[in-house]
Amino acid sequence: MTKDILVFAEQRDGHLQPTALQCLAAAAALAKKSGGKIVAALIGQNPAAVAAPLEQAGASAILIADDARFAKYNPLTYTRALTALIEKADPQVVLLPATVMGRDLAPRVAVRLHAGLATDCIEIDLDDKGALLVRRPIYNGKAFNKVHFAADRRQIASIRPNAFLAPAPDASKKAERIAVTVPHDAADDRQTTKEIVRTGGEEKDVTEASIVVSGGRSLKSADNFKIIYDLAHAMGGAVGASRAACDAGYQPHSRQVGLTGKTVTPNLYVACGISGAIQHLAGMRGSRRIVAINTDAEAPMLKLADIGVIADLFQFIPLLTQEVKILRG
Amino acid sequence: MKILALAKHVPESTTNIKVKADGSGIETVGVKFVMNPFCEFAVEEALRIREKNAAAGIEVTVLTLGPAAAADVVRTAYAMGADQGVHLCDDAFTSIDEIAAARTIAAAIKSRGFDLIIAGKHAIDYDSGQVGPALAECLGWPHVGAVVAIEWAADMKSMTVRRRIEGAEEVVNIKLPCLLTCEKGLNEARYPSLPGLMKAKKKPIETLNLAAVGVAQADIASATKMGEFAPPPPRPPGRMLKGSPEEMAKELARILREEEKLI
Repeated sequence: MTKDILVFAEQRDGHLQPTALQCLAAAAALAKKSGGKIVAALIGQNPAAVAAPLEQAGASAILIADDARFAKYNPLTYTRALTALIEKADPQVVLLPATVMGRDLAPRVAVRLHAGLATDCIEIDLDDKGALLVRRPIYNGKAFNKVHFAADRRQIASIRPNAFLAPAPDASKKAERIAVTVPHDAADDRQTTKEIVRTGGEEKDVTEASIVVSGGRSLKSADNFKIIYDLAHAMGGAVGASRAACDAGYQPHSRQVGLTGKTVTPNLYVACGISGAIQHLAGMRGSRRIVAINTDAEAPMLKLADIGVIADLFQFIPLLTQEVKILRG
Repeated sequence: MKILALAKHVPESTTNIKVKADGSGIETVGVKFVMNPFCEFAVEEALRIREKNAAAGIEVTVLTLGPAAAADVVRTAYAMGADQGVHLCDDAFTSIDEIAAARTIAAAIKSRGFDLIIAGKHAIDYDSGQVGPALAECLGWPHVGAVVAIEWAADMKSMTVRRRIEGAEEVVNIKLPCLLTCEKGLNEARYPSLPGLMKAKKKPIETLNLAAVGVAQADIASATKMGEFAPPPPRPPGRMLKGSPEEMAKELARILREEEKLI
């Protein structure tokens, strides 16, 4: 086992998952301490198309498993491929995004490699024996727990989206690209991914956006959500909604943030007219920065927020959208 | 066909979680424990498959791994309609990690001839989501995680399922034997019936310890260990903007752009 750190750089159809770059930032902190190298691993059909941002973010080598069979995610073929790439690099630590794919893949790989695994980590470090030591939210963010790893086994951690800032790209950095052939096993054909159906139209999903603008029932109608969409588009973010707004039919449940909806951890969460019921806070309190806009000065969301604005939504949000457009050009 | 549903005993979702002063865990005194909601979907789906194919002689078993009190989730599953219940219970299991738990479950059920295993997407206590996929790997089975819809083939030997991913759904064909994990939206779990609850109290539960599971302690040696528990860090105090709506909009956009570099 080398002291190296391998990052599984998730991509779908040539789109690199942003958390993959954030994993490289986490890997850099470990590498600085251990002296290991950072190796990126790509799996897909022509995944090398997204290799450049990985080398510019600090990977010194990129292992590439390129095959038409990897065009769509299949836990069996991807477990076989990632296991082969890990065995080739022989790293002490493996990091991967705690996305739907990463959550699905990591346990299988950990079993196959007899490795330790902690999911959805927000802090990572090495202990005094040089083994991985992580911190992760439990009970939906109501508590945090440290997880210690056995030093003599491989150590795998998935990284929560937006827990780390992606490194600034450095165009002068280059990585060696190494193609790895993964043998085909007919047993992997017991499952096949037929197609991927977009459910949110062309809008970004709340779980994959670094900015989320959410509206509550005080928007009063589905049509009025247009001001929320306008602000989200001006910021380059996704639209979320409270349970009350979804139950009232203003937005589909796929946009619901909260205990019974989706958990989001964006860099910026803008809560517009959301009072901050416990069930909503459970889905967004892990956000890096929270802005609350509300008419009610006593709203719990204003107490949680980093920046609070007491104003009428229908007047304030279009003004904010306009200012954002001016600043972002 | 034999279906296995996995169920975990967890604090109820609205519990006010308090970390013990010494950081060794959370306070459990006075905390109500229930079946993990994602496991309710698993038990429900198993029962629906049995009910829709009444002539097929389908048997539904529920399995839990946990301390003595976890037997309650087997009783809940009985009251919902499960046929058999298995409780893996031994002091040796109390501090094992998720992968070791999957290996333990795999050893316990390997020779029982299940065709389908249904689990929750994750448990709402430790939010780790490892046991389902790890168990499929231990058994050498295919799996689909975060399933929201199932369509069976006529011969009941394969299915087409939809799983929720970021902003989309994947449509997957999968052959039995296989494992599925349930996402919210797959079904609405039924409430246990009163007569069901009465009968569940008397129905025997098969309790298996380490020796009965037939797994050596060395084989389930955990590669991770839970350390210190802590409450969430307090957020730094926020600031309230002041001025006219126009002034506040300008100031907020400036802070987000220039100070915080978020937009």
